[in-house]
Amino acid sequence: MDRATQSEAIREATAAMADRMAAEKSFLTDLDSAIGDADHGANMNRGFQAALERLEDADDDPATLVKTVGVALVSEVGGAAGPLYGGSLMKASGELEDGVTAESSVAFAERYLETVEERGKASVGDKTMVDAITPAVHTYKKAIEVDDHDPLEALGKAVDAAERGVAFTTPIRAKKGRASYLGWRSVGHQDPGATSTLYLLEELFAVAEEHLDGDVEIDAEADVDPEELEEAAADGNGGGGP
Amino acid sequence: MKKLINEPDAVVDEMLEGMVAAHPNLRRLEGTEAVVRADAPVEGKVGIVSGGGSGHEPTHAGYIGDGMLDGAAAGEVFTSPTADQLSEMIQACDGGEGVFCVVKNYEGDVMNFETAIEMAEMEADTDVGYVVVDDDVAVEDSLYTSGRRGVAGTIFVHKAAGAMAHRGADLTEIERVAEKVNDCVGTMGTALTSCVTPEKGEPTFDLGEDEIELGIGIHGEPGTERTEVMSADEITDHLAEAVLEDLELESGTEVATIVNGMGGTPLMELYVVNRRLQALLEDRGLETWNARVGDYMTSLDMMGCSITVLELDDELKELLAYPAETPGLTVTEG
Repeated sequence: MDRATQSEAIREATAAMADRMAAEKSFLTDLDSAIGDADHGANMNRGFQAALERLEDADDDPATLVKTVGVALVSEVGGAAGPLYGGSLMKASGELEDGVTAESSVAFAERYLETVEERGKASVGDKTMVDAITPAVHTYKKAIEVDDHDPLEALGKAVDAAERGVAFTTPIRAKKGRASYLGWRSVGHQDPGATSTLYLLEELFAVAEEHLDGDVEIDAEADVDPEELEEAAADGNGGGGP
Repeated sequence: MKKLINEPDAVVDEMLEGMVAAHPNLRRLEGTEAVVRADAPVEGKVGIVSGGGSGHEPTHAGYIGDGMLDGAAAGEVFTSPTADQLSEMIQACDGGEGVFCVVKNYEGDVMNFETAIEMAEMEADTDVGYVVVDDDVAVEDSLYTSGRRGVAGTIFVHKAAGAMAHRGADLTEIERVAEKVNDCVGTMGTALTSCVTPEKGEPTFDLGEDEIELGIGIHGEPGTERTEVMSADEITDHLAEAVLEDLELESGTEVATIVNGMGGTPLMELYVVNRRLQALLEDRGLETWNARVGDYMTSLDMMGCSITVLELDDELKELLAYPAETPGLTVTEG
C-alpha cells in the first residue's frame, strides 16, 4: 500500500472512531458517572470531532496524520484523558515516519502502550485503559512476530484480547485514576477508559477489513496487504489505543 | 447560591481579561487561557512558568512579574490546563535559556505538563525542566492524586525559582533549588465551609454548621477528617502540629510561614491564626524569619485556611528576600 492509501485509511479510521464516540457518548458517560466524574463520553466525542476537523488541513503523511489526531485529542479531550489518549498517540506517531508496515505498526503499538503506562503510572490490573491495551498490543505483536499472521488477522485477535481485557476490569478494584478513591466500591463497574479503547480498536479493525478485502482481490500485490493492515493496526493502537 | 458572574462558561476567560486590564505587566497569549509577562520572553534568562486549574487566585497568573513567574496557564475551574496551551505558554517564555515549570501534584496537571514539555521540545527544541510540588502533609492519597498534593507551599517554590532565574541561574541550578524548597516545606489546611463552583452553583460537599473538615486540598474535595468545630487556637495547633511532625525540625531552626486564606476567610481571622502559630513555633524553639498572612492560594469562596512552614537555610533566605513585583506578592529591597 502506498503512502497515499495509508493516509486515506487513517482518515477513514479516524472518521469511523469519531462516529463511534458520538454513538457511545451517553453510554461512556454513564460508565464514568458510576466511578469517575461523568464526562468521558462527552470529552472523547469532543476530541474526535476536533480531530476530524484538524485532519482536513493536514498533509497526507501517515505519521503526520496520526500526530495531528493526537494533538487534537490533547487539546480538546482535557483532564488526564487528553494526555493519555492524545499524548501517547503523538509520541507513538514517530514510529510511522517511514510509513505503515507490519514492523512499524508493532513498534507503534508498543510505544503507545509504553507511553500510557508511563504517563498514567498504571499497570495491568489497576482497572484502567491499560487493561484493554496491554492484551491487545501483546496479542498483536505475538501474532505478527511469532505466529507470522497477516496484520488483519493479528488485529482481529487484538480486538478479541481487548474485549476480554475490558471484561476483566469489571470485577476488580481500581488502583489508579479517580475510580481508585472509591476503594472497594469500584468493584462491579466496567472501566470507561478500557471500554472506549475497545471501541476505537473495533473501528480500526472495521476499516482495516475493508482495505484488506480490496487487497485480497488483487492477489498479486502480496506485500501491499500487510502494509495496509499495519497502518490500520498502528493507527488503531495509537488512535483508539488505551 | 448568588455569584458575581455572567455565564459559568465564561468565568475564566472574563477573569483573565479583567486581570490583564488591571496589570499592565501582564499579557494574554492570544487564543489561549495563558498569561505571560508583557515583555516575554526575557532574553538570557530561564523562564519560570506555572499553571493549573482556575479558582485559586491569585495563583497562578497573579505571581507573574519580575522576580517570580514569566507565564502561567489557566484551566477551567479546578481543571488542568490542556497540554497544547501549556506548550504554547512554555515556548512563549523561552528567552533562549530554557524554561522551568512548577507543577502541583495532581494527576491531570502532571500529565498535561509532561505532555506539554514533550511538545515544546519537539516543536521548538525548548530546553525544559520541572518540579512536581507535593507539600500537603495531610494525605498520602487524595481524591485527585496519588501521593501528596501540591498546595500553598508552591508559593515558596515560585518565589525561590523566580529569584534564581532573575539572578541568572541555569535550569539545573533552578531545579536543585526548587527540589530543595519542596523537600523543606509542609502544608496542612482546614475548611469551615465547602466552596461553590460557578458551574455547579452549590457546595461541592456538605459540612454541618458545627463541623469542620481537616486535611483539605484546594479543589473543594473533602479532607481526611471531619470534626466538631474548634476554636482558632485549637485548629491552629492541630494544623501546625501535623506540619511540624512531618518536617521534624530541630530547635533553633529558622522558618518562613504562610497562613493562607482559602478565599472566604476574613483577614482578621487569619491574623488570629497567625498569632497562635507564632506562639507555638516559639514554644518549639523555632525562629520565624518571615511570616506571611493572606490569600495566596485559594479555593474559590471556601472559608478556612492552611498553614505552611518552610525550613530555611542561608540560600533560601536570600532567595525569599530577593525583590519581586507581582500582583499577588511583592518583595522590596532590604
